[in-house]
Amino acid sequence: MNNIHTKHKSIFFIFILLIGAGWIWLSATPENSTTSGAIPAPQEGFLAPDFTLNTLAGETIQLSELRGQPVLINIWASWCPPCRTEMPAMQRVYRDFKEQGFVILAVNATNQDTATKAADFVADKHLNFPILMDTDGTVSRNYQISSLPTSFFVGRDGIIREMVIGGMSETLIRTRVENLFEETP
Amino acid sequence: MLPLIQIGPLPLQAPGLFLILGMWLGLLLAERLAARFKSTANDIYNLTFFAFIAGILGARLSYAAQHWAAFAEAPLNLFSLNPGLLDPIGGSAAALLAMLIYANRKNLAVWLTLDALTPFLAVASIGFHLSNFASGKAFGAETSLPWSIHLWGLDRHPTQIYDTLLAILILGWLWLHTRRISDLAPGLAGGIFWGFLALNAAARLFTEAFRGDSVLLFNNLRAAQIIAWALLALSLFMRMYLEKNYAPER
Repeated sequence: MNNIHTKHKSIFFIFILLIGAGWIWLSATPENSTTSGAIPAPQEGFLAPDFTLNTLAGETIQLSELRGQPVLINIWASWCPPCRTEMPAMQRVYRDFKEQGFVILAVNATNQDTATKAADFVADKHLNFPILMDTDGTVSRNYQISSLPTSFFVGRDGIIREMVIGGMSETLIRTRVENLFEETP
Repeated sequence: MLPLIQIGPLPLQAPGLFLILGMWLGLLLAERLAARFKSTANDIYNLTFFAFIAGILGARLSYAAQHWAAFAEAPLNLFSLNPGLLDPIGGSAAALLAMLIYANRKNLAVWLTLDALTPFLAVASIGFHLSNFASGKAFGAETSLPWSIHLWGLDRHPTQIYDTLLAILILGWLWLHTRRISDLAPGLAGGIFWGFLALNAAARLFTEAFRGDSVLLFNNLRAAQIIAWALLALSLFMRMYLEKNYAPER
């Protein structure tokens, strides 16, 4: 009795595996159909949504013009404690990698901050990467920012490699930037 | 999509919250059902606790070993709370090792203990899929079906919801099955674990077809499906094997 039961069961199991193999075959998909690189969205694997903003120093920077360089987009405000903590760490990593072409765009959520407070903080911490002023909150909205700070590591191809919500330690920034440079250009 | 729950000054990320809630409820359920597997709530608690601690330590040390130069710049970052500084493979290996050492010391029966851990895994995986839903990870491919969700610029299959529903069904299967095993004990030791693994592999094999972020092999096959198929075959084989050897005499 038991033997017959086992035999039926093994036939059933083989049947399941065959259906499984058939399903793999059916759900095969042409290359690049599932990678969403060309669509702009604030998510790993997607094109970083483009923006053009003025810096504290009065320059104009457009994200898409930085194609070919690894970029860290960091959205911050001067009243946010984890933002204030991670900025010096970002500065140290920037110092070590900027010669190689690494860019940090520190986008100040100016709609939730004031330009003077942001400028005071930047001067106080001697930050020398571009501080972008998102006066009307467009970038925060396009990047669906729900919590400050939020950071995006963007590869040379303009595609987001990783999103980090919350403060970053120096080692985290450093290892991610190293990874961006290890990628074949 | 539901990224933040603000409780006073403490911003809780919904994805992380679902993950923790799933693990916590899973642990409660596993402790309650422990007796059905001739295990004790104490052993289940200790196993998961040691695995968790060893997993975190192993993951951080393994990550540091691979990026020692970056840690040398800021050694205190060894204690950083960033979950991004963890190596999942090193962590899993350390967790597994801790569980083996504990099981060995306490002379736990391996198969029954694995069975006793399945309620934890079943509930935790529901939390995992809900966490993906909240963060928009594991997203689906484009579709025009009426239940599509608008995510990352397209109308997509709600793959995280498919996964959540299947995980709930699997929990239901587990619930029904564990009621039976108490009559059959010692019955099919390990059978629950492998059955659970088989169902999960089958679920992934099915839902991966609707994913929009699949890694492809051989130009067009989805890698996760091939791994899931192999895991399904292994689990079914193990279940057959155990059934043959441990079939209760009735």
